Parts: sequence; C-alpha cells; structure tokens
Amino acid sequence: MSMLEIENLTVEFKTGSGYFRAVDGVSLQVDKGEVLAIVGESGSGKSVSMLAVMGLLPWTAKVTADRMTFEGRDLLGLSANDRRRIIGKDIAMIFQEPMSSLNPCFTVGFQIIEALKEHLDLDKAQRKARAIELLGLVGIPSPEQRLRAFPHQLSGGMSQRVMIAMAIACSPKLLIADEPTTALDVTIQAQILELLVRLQKETGMGLVLITHSMGVVAETAERVSVQYAGQKVEEQAVKELFRDPRHPYTAALLSALPERAKGRKLPSIPGVVPGQFDRPAGCLFAPRCQLATELCHTTPPPRLDGALCHYPLKDGAPQNHPGLKERAA
Amino acid sequence: MIRFFLKRLALTIPTFIALMFITFVMLRLVPGDPIEVRRGERGISPERLAQLRHDMGLDQPLWKQFLDYANALLHGDFGTSIVSKSPVLHEFLTLFPATLELTITAMIFAIVLGVPAGVIAASRRGGVYDQALMGLALTGYSMPIFWWGLILVLIMSNTLHLTPVSGRVDLIKFYYQPVTGFMLIDSILSGQKGAFMDAVRHLILPMIVLGTVPLAVIARMTRSSMLEVLEEDYVRTARAKGLSWTRIVGVHALRNALIPVVTVIGLQVGGLLAGAVLTETIFSWPGVGKWLIESINRRDYPALQGGIMLIATIVILVNLFIDMLYGLINPRIRHAK
Repeated sequence: MSMLEIENLTVEFKTGSGYFRAVDGVSLQVDKGEVLAIVGESGSGKSVSMLAVMGLLPWTAKVTADRMTFEGRDLLGLSANDRRRIIGKDIAMIFQEPMSSLNPCFTVGFQIIEALKEHLDLDKAQRKARAIELLGLVGIPSPEQRLRAFPHQLSGGMSQRVMIAMAIACSPKLLIADEPTTALDVTIQAQILELLVRLQKETGMGLVLITHSMGVVAETAERVSVQYAGQKVEEQAVKELFRDPRHPYTAALLSALPERAKGRKLPSIPGVVPGQFDRPAGCLFAPRCQLATELCHTTPPPRLDGALCHYPLKDGAPQNHPGLKERAA
Repeated sequence: MIRFFLKRLALTIPTFIALMFITFVMLRLVPGDPIEVRRGERGISPERLAQLRHDMGLDQPLWKQFLDYANALLHGDFGTSIVSKSPVLHEFLTLFPATLELTITAMIFAIVLGVPAGVIAASRRGGVYDQALMGLALTGYSMPIFWWGLILVLIMSNTLHLTPVSGRVDLIKFYYQPVTGFMLIDSILSGQKGAFMDAVRHLILPMIVLGTVPLAVIARMTRSSMLEVLEEDYVRTARAKGLSWTRIVGVHALRNALIPVVTVIGLQVGGLLAGAVLTETIFSWPGVGKWLIESINRRDYPALQGGIMLIATIVILVNLFIDMLYGLINPRIRHAK
C-alpha cells in the first residue's frame, strides 16, 4: 500500500452560479521516498488537489473522494483535531509565494519554533537548537542570528529556504511543494530545487512537486502526473514520459519546450483551458487537440495505456485513429 | 526607535502652529466678544465699554493680539480666564482628570468588547453571530449620543434604579479631598467603605454612552481587517503547520489585523476627548468638555484658546504614542530607515 493514496478525488467550488469543478476524478499514489511531479498549466487543479490533501481549502470547497488515505488513515474521515496532528507533522507543504507566506509580524525563529512546539516534545533549548540546525540544513548562513530576523529582512530565496526549514521541522514523511520556484529568479530556482532534492534524498521523505515547468520535472521527478482542466490525463515514469508521451496534451507540452522546438517559431497549444461554462461534453482537451474526432467531442475518453484519451499516442502516432487510417489507406 | 520618535515629534511642530492660528481665527469669527456677552441687558456707557476692551487688549489690531497670544503660549503661558480670573492651565488641570478618567474607561470598554466582537464576527463570516454583532455595531454607531444617554438614564436610573443619574460620586454620603483627581483612585485612597463602588456606579453609564461609538467603530474595523488578513498566504502557512484555529486567529491573524485597528483607536481617542463634551453635559460630569461649552457661551477667549490647545496637545501626544505602538506591533515600520 502506498503512503498517500487518492482515488477519484473531486473538488468543487461553490460560486454564485453553481458549482465549479476544479479537480475532476483524480487518482494518485505517492510512495515513501518517491518524487512525484504534478504538471499542468494554471487552472489545471494541481494545487487544489494537494490543498485538499492538506485540508487547506476554503469552506466553499466541496471535497469528495472514494479514498484519500495517508499511511492507511482516512484523511476525510478524521476530525479536525486529529487531522491537525498529521498536517504539519507527517505531511508538510510549501507554497508558491515565499515572501507572503511568512507572517510579517513574527521572527523567523518564532515561526519555526512554533511548528516544533505544536508537534514535538522538546524543551525550549532543544527547540532552539533544532531551529538553528534546520536553518543550517537549508543553507542559511549564520543561522543563529537569522532566527531573530523578520521576514521583510530576507530575500525571496531566503524566505523560501525558511519555508522549507519550517516544513521539514518535524521530519515529515511527505513534503508537498506547490510551485516552490515560480516566484524566484532563475539562479535561485536551481538552488532551491537542488536543496529540495538533496533534503528528499537525505531524509527519505516523499516529495510531491507541483509545477508547470517541464524542465523542473525532468531534473527532479521520478514519476510524472499530467493534469489538464482538473483531470489527470496521463501518468508515467519520467523517462518514458519524455521519450514516449501517450496523451496528445503531454506531447503538445513537450513539443513546446524550446530545446525540442524544430521550426523557427516556438510551437504553442492554441486556445485556453475550459472554464466553468464552456466545459466540453466529451474529452476536455478536444477543442484544442489537433487529433480530435467527432467521438472526442461527444464522448468522455477512457483511460487507455495510462492516458485519458480515445486514441493514445504510441511513438508519436495515435493508435486506431480513423483519420490517420484513412490517410494511410 | 529613538530616531523614529524624534522624527515624529518634529513633525508635530507645524501642526501646533496651524492649530494655534486656526483656533485664534475661528474664535474671532464667532459674533460677540467677552465684553458684549457680559454687559447685560441695560447696557453700559461707551466710555466704560472702551475702557474694558482696552484692559483686555481687545482694542488692539487682530495681528497684534495673535502675536501676543502666540508669544505668551511659546513661553508656556496659556493665559488667564476672563470669567474666573484664574490661570487657564490651572483650571484645565483641575478638570482634566475627570475627563481623562471617563475617556480611559470608555476606551477600555470599547476595546475590550470591540476587538473580540470583531474577531468573532470575522471568523463566523456571514453567520448568525456576524450579522447580529455587526447589526448591533451599526446601531451603536448611528445612535446620537445625547439620545442614547437619556434613554440609558431613563431605563437604568429612573425605572430600574440601578445607577445614579449624574455626578461622579454621592457627595452626601462620601466626601474626601481629591488626590489624583481620578475618582476611582481617590475613593480607594479615602478608605471610606463603599466609596469605590459608588464611584463605579456613577461612572458606568457615562462610560457606556461615551464608549458606544468607538466600540462600534473598533468592532467593524477589527472585523474587516481580520477578514482581509485571514485571506493572506501566511494564514494558510499557519494552517499548514497544523496549528489550532484559536492560535491561527488569535496570534497569526490578530497581530496583523490590529495594525489598522490601533490607528483607528488613536483617532477615536481624539474623538472621545471632544465627544466627552456631550456626555459630560448629559451626566453633569465636571470635566473639560463641560467647561469648554460654558467658555464658549461666555466668549472666554483665553480659556477657549488655552483649553483647545491643551486638548489638541493631548490628542497629538496620544497619536504619537499610537505611532510608537504601531512600530511595536509592525516590525516593518520599526526597521524602516
């Protein structure tokens, strides 16, 4: 059994005009010591599904799942108090905006020690020592002085390091990193990713990396789940995914990578992600898919070869595709 | 911190100059002067009138009067009341403790009830508590002070006989020399049995009346500020740590939410010192507000000018103190160069 198991997770937000489905039947597993990347463009529900695991969604969200367990414990069935004992201790999360994710009114030390106080049985001196150790671990110079620093005295990269220190304070078994490098500049991005991967290797924790950058995926992940409009469209090991993407969306994403682009113009995927009111009846990607047929527009696709598609690709060519058959004939 | 304080202090100087000028001009714009108000129905001879005007320096050109006044003020002389012939500063200091006692207790009343009410309303947004509390706050804010005071007196004093109607302490039962001017403290110092409780009973109604508007403002301000803060990323971080809701709201959110509330409290203190005028009149509270009203009726220029300057000074000092407090709550300001 996997450490984190999610089956058929659906999250809907109550809006003025009915429910908006942000996550649509997503299933995921994360094992101990594994790095899973969740990729997708903005609005694909990747953050929301993980916030649902953490129980951090606003009350307007309706979360349903056939199964959502962590180490065999049903997260949805737990009382708020019991859940709090897991959240922040066994499962921790870091966010996209490090600068605004730290409380401006309290010192870095206070905010790290607070997490230790909540979950671990340490005395005051031990907590302080652990906080200094943590800051050292995430590569912050002169950690002892930094304990007294306020968030506004730190740069973005430093803030994200502090966030990471805070998240790994209680040695979590699973760390969820929600676009941890998006708000940072490129050189710092690489450092933070390196740090996350190093910590993951050293501590053996599971890591879920939410990102929209295929580059980040290639460098860090072992397994990749691609999400589109709230659905998981494909899941594969990272090497296979880059070598032989099954879903046309994944293929389109990969061909949009600058290093893979062939022509002078960078390829892009035409159109936008469907919203609340223009959700297609069939495959959600059909309106933007170059291979879409009548069937794609009318009937939701089955999951074939690990991809949510009527005609999954194999070595770049769609299988059983009527259009291509005709052309071949 | 000290540099920050000195900078703030320096900024108050132009405020004082403007204030001095405005009070002087505004008072001269009110029709009538101290002599006219006092000469009575039968009238006095023009020579006598001119003599009195000359004695008080009212026959001087306005710019000269202003310079004399400013000069005296700069030397710490607030002038002498035309009516009582005693120094304005002395009169003010005799009456001010009563106003201060009322203002402080009213402010405590407003803060102690207002901040929790705002926090509760915000954390139950849209719920029954939220709507009930905010409805009450709006009612409180819209209540005319004199009407609210009279209604309270009618119910609490006249019908239920729970509190006295006016004054600071029952002078028939208790008599003692003022030491601090604060009745609550003096009644304890006097050692007379029951004096303290009597002073409290006298204070309750004026305190509620004066505290109602700030209470409403603080509650609404705390609520909206809290709602804003609860949406912040760092509140999500606090939740992600697995902290209890009480700790998230009471520590992480409240500290940030209080920053604008503290500013409002500072502004309200100024409003209270001025608003005390009405409350003091309703409850015959022998404070500065009542004295100022009487001074206006008598066109007692020195008393008014001095009194307003003194109150303004206090308001400015309170706001200076609030600015300091602001720096304590908000580290970003403390560290700003």
